[in-house]
Amino acid sequence: MHDILEHKSRVSPKVDLPFMAPTHPIAEPGQRPFAADDYQTVGSPFVDKAKFAMRDVNVFYGEKQAVVNVSLDIAENEVIAMIGPSGCGKSTFLRCLNRMNDTIEACRVSGSIQLDGQEIYSSKMDVVPLRARVGMVFQKPNPFPKSIYENVAYGPKIHGLVNRRVDLDEIVETSLRRAGLWDEVKDRLDAPGTSLSGGQQQRLCIARTIAVSPEVILMDEPCSALDPIATAKIEELIAELSENYTIAIVTHSMQQAARVSHRTAYFHLGKLIEVNDTQKVFTTPDHPLTEAYITGRFG
Amino acid sequence: MNRKPMELVQKSLARRYRAERRFRFFGVVSVIIGVLALLVLFFEIFSSGLGAFRQTHIQLSVNFDPEILEITDAHDATQIRSGNYEGILRKALAQRFPQVSGRAAKRELNGLISIAAAYDLRAELADNPELLGQQKTYWVLADDDVDTYYKSLQGDKPFTARTSEARQAQIAELINQGEIRTQFNWRFFTSGDSSEPEMAGILGAVAGSLLTLLVTFVLSFPIGVAAAVYLEEYAPKNRFTDFIEVNIANLAAVPSIIFGLLGLAIFIGFFGMPRSIPLVGGLVLTLMTLPTIIISSRNAIKAVPPSIRDAAFGIGASKMQVILHHVLPLAMPGMLTGAIIGMAQALGETAPLLMIGMVAFIMDIPNSISDSATVLPVQIFLWSDSPERAFVERTSAAIMVLLVFLVCMNTLAVWLRKRLERRW
Repeated sequence: MHDILEHKSRVSPKVDLPFMAPTHPIAEPGQRPFAADDYQTVGSPFVDKAKFAMRDVNVFYGEKQAVVNVSLDIAENEVIAMIGPSGCGKSTFLRCLNRMNDTIEACRVSGSIQLDGQEIYSSKMDVVPLRARVGMVFQKPNPFPKSIYENVAYGPKIHGLVNRRVDLDEIVETSLRRAGLWDEVKDRLDAPGTSLSGGQQQRLCIARTIAVSPEVILMDEPCSALDPIATAKIEELIAELSENYTIAIVTHSMQQAARVSHRTAYFHLGKLIEVNDTQKVFTTPDHPLTEAYITGRFG
Repeated sequence: MNRKPMELVQKSLARRYRAERRFRFFGVVSVIIGVLALLVLFFEIFSSGLGAFRQTHIQLSVNFDPEILEITDAHDATQIRSGNYEGILRKALAQRFPQVSGRAAKRELNGLISIAAAYDLRAELADNPELLGQQKTYWVLADDDVDTYYKSLQGDKPFTARTSEARQAQIAELINQGEIRTQFNWRFFTSGDSSEPEMAGILGAVAGSLLTLLVTFVLSFPIGVAAAVYLEEYAPKNRFTDFIEVNIANLAAVPSIIFGLLGLAIFIGFFGMPRSIPLVGGLVLTLMTLPTIIISSRNAIKAVPPSIRDAAFGIGASKMQVILHHVLPLAMPGMLTGAIIGMAQALGETAPLLMIGMVAFIMDIPNSISDSATVLPVQIFLWSDSPERAFVERTSAAIMVLLVFLVCMNTLAVWLRKRLERRW
């Protein structure tokens, strides 16, 4: 279904940028900041033991290219934040990691994305177990219009993880505890999931995701619809979850990226501009575009 | 300089408000026209149809004379069946009006009561054999001409065209003695069609309608939903599916009589199914309602928020699980509403059923989808075409019954939508 392009490892970390003068970080209107297919990511996109290894990933929506030649590794148990201005392709890129883009008709992906060395866009890869391994939390809390219990139990049920009701009860309780929601909902597990507040709904969605014991959790702006207090709770939760899970989070809030992530990737117009340790990105970024973005000169 | 735009705004305000008032006025007028048309329609139907729910009866003292009846044993079903009940009724009438003499006058006198009166007496005797040889007073069903005349007496211009002077005098005598009255017309709801208006009922047509609709629903709902699910969820978007889509929309607009011709050619002509049966009627109406159900089901599926699909796909549900567990339950209210509206449309359909012979005169009440039957709108059509004046009020009464069914179905659709609608 999807062609896997031969892996071209022409991306090397820590290369100076020939394509843009650092004194002129921002492109003039109408002027392209760099040639379309000739750019290199600065920083350290690669790690030794990669959970996810992406090489030369391109994503097209029909004629429009949303992600351009992105190469990036995600290490086990790390939290990687993806930041960048709207429309920079970070959400699209994230949705490639569990093939959620398959549901979009005109979407086409090329390049190589490997999870533990397995090519996920290979025809041999079954998306159902893939999505059980790589869970996803969405921008808007989207609990099913069912009870809180049913929301969490749905994943284990369809994957046949448990046979007995008591085991299911246990999974539901553990998941809700890990999502920090148990104490708030333990007395009303039969209440509809939609009756919770926005922040609780999002934590319910996280509980639903971890109920199937994924290895990786993808979060697509999980706090953009929440108030600061609910956001703080989710961020706390991300920190706790990072002990057991690999987390990739797309966010519009640079403070959030700075607070929760170990590494930060900066995307611009579909290109991965810079990947570095979070602290470095927010203090001494290597690339002028990154600097311009984090200092609020555009975004 | 600064004041000028504000002045212009002020000046234009009055004109803008006038325009808005006109705009609203047109809306109100349109609504009033619609409501008035509906009221006129209802008034017309109700005023002419209400009479059919009461039927004129005449009080008669009947003697179950074994000699006239030619019944020796009231427990013998064969004898009960073949008894001469007209005879005892004729005798009872002759006793009530002893002054009537002459063959023609007597025949006219016997015409006061319906032939249904004899059937009623037979049923009475079968239930109570001890009545044999007894005298008993009954309210027997009057003939339709008597009924029409008696009901018209309440108006300013009695309808005398089919009632002779002698009969008018007899009826006047009955009125004076309080021996003629109207009763609630149970027969209208419990019997099939008849060529005698006073005996005609709508049960046969109602049963035919229900059987036809049953066939239609059982076939069109699953097929329509399955087609909608495939087209929405699985079908690739290409020229071929576009072509199918356009054709479904076109089919919804095809005049219904075409479907009747199609059914005649295919089901009766090619497959050799019998005419006039609800099965064929249901098949034809299925063809007719399928486009409606497919279109409304597709819209209901489209209306399921993508976030729910994402959520289900995101934890690894397969496509079928997403459809069965999430999309269909959420789309079900919309699909059912569409189906019920399609059914209501099918219930009121006449033309295609004329084509497949459901317009036949059928007295029996159909028990299965392979019995000859007619349906409510066709029954209305048949009665409206009948020369007897008493059928006029029956036509309107049948329309009222049809309207009640339609209102019930639409209420059911609204209730189901409210009931099954889940919020998120």
